[in-house]
Amino acid sequence: MGEFSLAKGHIYIARDGSRAECELPAGTSVMLGALTNGVEGILAECGGAAMCATCHVYVQAPFDSRLPEMGEVENEMLDAVASERRTESRLGCQIVMTDSLDGLVVRLPDRQN
Amino acid sequence: MVEMPGRIVILGAGHAGVECATALRARKFGGTVDLVGDDPHLPYQRPPLSKDYIKRPGDPLPLKPKQFFADNRITLRPGQRAAGIDRKRRQVRLESGEALPYDHLVLATGARNRRLHIPGINDGTAFELRTLADADRILGSIRDWRQVAIVGGGFVGLEAAALLTTMGIAVHVIETAPRLMQRTASPTLSSWFAEWHRENGTAVHLDTQVAAVEQEAARVVARLTDGNRLVADAAIVAAGVLPNVELAAAAGLAVGNGIVVDANLLTSDPAISAIGDCANFPSSRLPGRARLESVQNAADQARTVAARLTGETKPYDALPWFWSIQGGVRLQIAGLSKPGLSEVVRGDPDSGRFSVFLFDGERLTAVESVNAAADHMIARRLIAERRKVEPAGVGDLSLDLKSLL
Repeated sequence: MGEFSLAKGHIYIARDGSRAECELPAGTSVMLGALTNGVEGILAECGGAAMCATCHVYVQAPFDSRLPEMGEVENEMLDAVASERRTESRLGCQIVMTDSLDGLVVRLPDRQN
Repeated sequence: MVEMPGRIVILGAGHAGVECATALRARKFGGTVDLVGDDPHLPYQRPPLSKDYIKRPGDPLPLKPKQFFADNRITLRPGQRAAGIDRKRRQVRLESGEALPYDHLVLATGARNRRLHIPGINDGTAFELRTLADADRILGSIRDWRQVAIVGGGFVGLEAAALLTTMGIAVHVIETAPRLMQRTASPTLSSWFAEWHRENGTAVHLDTQVAAVEQEAARVVARLTDGNRLVADAAIVAAGVLPNVELAAAAGLAVGNGIVVDANLLTSDPAISAIGDCANFPSSRLPGRARLESVQNAADQARTVAARLTGETKPYDALPWFWSIQGGVRLQIAGLSKPGLSEVVRGDPDSGRFSVFLFDGERLTAVESVNAAADHMIARRLIAERRKVEPAGVGDLSLDLKSLL
């Protein structure tokens, strides 16, 4: 199971070869999931307002294509994140859980600030 | 070899205290960590309280989950107050009578709201907005509010004004200074926000104080020094804060607009540090000293002290940055402003998307961005790296700011 389970309302946050499974109710953000599960590597200093860019994640395929288009603010903040910005870069505070994201895997960058 | 402390006590479980405990464990500190906070709740994020929390109440956003503290051997003591610090015996006395011995003490005692001496104001209709309890108290009454007077036109007062307005409540903001957010904002920014709030339906009274308040049945009647008479269902006092220095002062530490620390955030006692809203520190970015009330300052100072206590001493030199959300307007400030700076505006303020670049002579010291996140993020680096920036250039939108990095 583990890696291949698509448990409803669960996501995986991966870093340094390990991954944390978080339960994430629909309507809540990946940032909040990381925060309430004590996942290291997401600072979320602004509390989810897209002000600090310290909840940078790399969204793994195929989930990257299932996310809504990013807004202008998120795009601008991502332009200045501490680790490399890639095409699959998003801010965890702007990814809101839906049914189509069951089993979502996000990878954390080396550093957030 | 500097001897590492074995027992660390942190007084204050807000952003600074919690981050200090977290950073100590992240840096593999092996001793004991006691985290004492007077708030009875699991430590929570404060900024959302004057923004989303009032509109969409629910669980407050935690700083860390409950299990985190146990998992990391951080002894969280919520709802506890320190009664005194015995520096000779190196122990903190709690009001409960318990004594906590320390090898190093971190004061993260924060600040409290300034109480105004307004004749006639009483507790029944006067509200504050700093803690979860304050926000919950507002939530308990807000359904009956049609008109609210907000005393203070700083970040918190204006965030609350914008929020209440969207809930259909008529808002008056009363500010003593001649402009909004005077302590932190440039004149251009202040007037832009005054206009925005007025267009949003808020009555903004500048250069005005509340002379007296009377209670009429369930409503407050406020007489203003500009001659206006306001009738409101409640008054929210958001007139700045006072740093919590009493414990430090009683223990004989140097205080003065905060607990006085050196560049390494040590107090006048080398076994005691102070961080966050309560710390008055020498600023390399301003002549003199600063005491800042922000998440950035709390978290970065916490990490600086945790690094020192685990053997990596470096002076505190982080770039200050701030944010505010007022209605749909996103304000981000990089650097520290002061009176008398010259302003260069980038973008058209009428478009609702612009930045004010503030120069001290030739030196870029602060940038205020309204709905201009990209400007803000580049500005943080320009200021932090002390880049040479031509004032004339940044006002020209054809200049790509990234080219200055």
